[in-house]
Amino acid sequence: MGRLKVFKSLVKDSLDVTTRGSKKYHLWMGFLTLMMLIGMYCYSIQLEHGLSVTGMTDRVSWGLYISNFTFLVGVAAAAVMLVMPTYVLKDIDFKQAVLIGEGLAVAALIMCLAFVIADMGGPSVLWHMIPGIGVFNFPNSMLTWDVIVLNGYLFINITIPFYILFRHYQGKESKSSVYVPGAFISVFWAVAIHLVTAFLYQGLQARPFWNNALLGPRFLASAFAAGPALIILVLAVIRTYTSFKVEDKTIKKIAMVVTVAAQINLIMLISELFKEFYAPTHHSESAYYLFFGLHGKDALLPWIWTAIPLNVLATVLLTFHKLRNNFKVLFFSCFILFIAIWIEKGFGLIVPGFIPGPYGKIAEYLPTGIEIGVTLGIWALGAFVFTILAKTAISIETGKLRYKN
Amino acid sequence: MGSNKKKWFSLNLSNNKPNGTSCGCGKSSDGCGSHNPTPNKDERTKDGFEQVFDVKMSRRTAFKQLAASLAIGAGAVSTSCSIIAGDESKEKAQIDWEEQFKGNYKLMSDDEKKATVDRLVRSYQLRTGKTLNMSSKNAEKDVLFGYAFNISKCQGYMDCVSACVEENNQDRNSQMQYIRIHEMKDGKGFNFNEADDNYYHEVPAEGHFYMGTQCFHCDNPPCVEVCPVQATWREDDGLVVVDYDWCVGCRYCMAACPYDGRRFNWSKPEVPEEEINKNQHYLGNRMRKKGVMEKCTFCVQRSRVGKNPACVEACPTGARIFGNLLDPNSTIRWVLENKKVFRLKEDLGTEPKFWYFMD
Repeated sequence: MGRLKVFKSLVKDSLDVTTRGSKKYHLWMGFLTLMMLIGMYCYSIQLEHGLSVTGMTDRVSWGLYISNFTFLVGVAAAAVMLVMPTYVLKDIDFKQAVLIGEGLAVAALIMCLAFVIADMGGPSVLWHMIPGIGVFNFPNSMLTWDVIVLNGYLFINITIPFYILFRHYQGKESKSSVYVPGAFISVFWAVAIHLVTAFLYQGLQARPFWNNALLGPRFLASAFAAGPALIILVLAVIRTYTSFKVEDKTIKKIAMVVTVAAQINLIMLISELFKEFYAPTHHSESAYYLFFGLHGKDALLPWIWTAIPLNVLATVLLTFHKLRNNFKVLFFSCFILFIAIWIEKGFGLIVPGFIPGPYGKIAEYLPTGIEIGVTLGIWALGAFVFTILAKTAISIETGKLRYKN
Repeated sequence: MGSNKKKWFSLNLSNNKPNGTSCGCGKSSDGCGSHNPTPNKDERTKDGFEQVFDVKMSRRTAFKQLAASLAIGAGAVSTSCSIIAGDESKEKAQIDWEEQFKGNYKLMSDDEKKATVDRLVRSYQLRTGKTLNMSSKNAEKDVLFGYAFNISKCQGYMDCVSACVEENNQDRNSQMQYIRIHEMKDGKGFNFNEADDNYYHEVPAEGHFYMGTQCFHCDNPPCVEVCPVQATWREDDGLVVVDYDWCVGCRYCMAACPYDGRRFNWSKPEVPEEEINKNQHYLGNRMRKKGVMEKCTFCVQRSRVGKNPACVEACPTGARIFGNLLDPNSTIRWVLENKKVFRLKEDLGTEPKFWYFMD
């Protein structure tokens, strides 16, 4: 088969491309590999001794893993903010950025799945979840919905860029009739993955901190702020270190997306704070714990009081055109916004859901070194996957990598 | 119950616990109404579960072939194929293999249930040389278990906790306990926020009252809804149970439970060999493994043969009442009909089968 031959050659060529590079590139990949190895070592300890090596307990039963999972679903969903203008609205500006965005989505999804597996007590019986072989509690369990949407989104985000790159690799134009329907689906799908992930928490009557109608929309807003913010930073790096051309216009447009999403996110934050603190009820205790601490237990205070000022500062900086159009300010804003949302929508969301417990018990959570090691390892895995994908994509797009026949 | 019994973690301060009998009436046998055993009816064939996926065998065989290349089974394969391995280790490997790839207990036929129980018993025999008794008894017809807790009577002795831990083979290292006794201040009402569920002093403490919580076996259990693999479900007699071998350990049920009723095995649960309760039920107190959920089952191994759960039997004050809600002559029915009962967090719509009342 001709296509198979092309595919074989593509794999060979991309291996060639990804194993060669500057000294800095090798240092970067070496560093990531080291981090992954450390993560794997930590995970092996966890496999051996069980989840007791983490900081999680019966009182706070989800921690750093699920926090990062939640946040990364948002990053993955954000790729849609680039897909839509490019493929659907035919705004050609984003075309270069969109492959990067989709690569980022793939890396984020792989990290998501890795975090979920790291959090499982029995990874060896994970096949119980596979529909057909195991028992899939669909549609009752939101977790099964999440499994479907995440894997579906991963599939879409692998196939679309692969099709485009595969065509370009052979020096052919990609047919829009093939990939535009896929792009359309992915737009709705991206909203779905984040909404479904929010529903995972939102649907629990046991946890009043999560059980509010704003959680889903707020997930979307913060995702569309943090995700594209990361894409801007990545594009900035790619622009500096590779011959891949990303125009200022593209970055400015994405910055606009980030700004609007960050503003909406801030409005929703204010709405949430108003509800929790204007007329506090028994159900506001988790928010009290998060922002002010309860009965002298205040482990999250430094984090949330880092996140909120960063969030506000970034949103204010982005709001002014003059500041936003200054790339130094833009990159700085994107960076602090990313950090702020990682805190706020990571353990700032997950941990207070468990504190106070169902009967008011306040038991705090602190991740252990092993947990942090695994987490860093998974982040390194994501960065590693993304670097490989991006390097191949860039080589094809810049015409360096072509099928020779 | 005895002064020689103590909480697993206790500092041995409570050695002047009253030497009560198993009931507040002062009798250890029946007669006060708190001992009402559930009638032991004839066993029947199980019909309650919808055997939607009634293809267990073929699925299992299919998966075996699929998984042959997986590393999970590699050890078992190498052992079972090895020529030097003895018959016993071969049998052990065979059991491990079948246990690893068996189906969900909820969907098993009675024969399959019996087969897995036999395998587990045999496996224990091979490993330790000792026998144990494991049941796969199904729910009986016209039985719906319910529980009532007399707040006026409970003095916080925590004999129920000790009895529960012993009966249900809970992990000793992590001091896992299904029951929590909340010590509350008089005059503050049911203020869980200020209650202490981990006290180490002599009871009853002056100016305090006590309230126990455990799994309430909700009729509309949120934990069951959220489980992605149906590893936890509500049995026909109302017990909410877990298939420890099917659970993947995602702990979603734990997040969903409004009553702190679920526990997770963060490390490998360990019980000293001589303390293991060998009278077991597949869904109840059989040995768990690390990384799976477990919970109170109203002592399914006892309640399904007409006995009271260990906590009810151990309570020296008679604060705990258990029985069949469908039996109009049961004590639990008498309590529900004659006392002012209430339940916790009724607004959540979970319909617990656990009532509180006062004298």
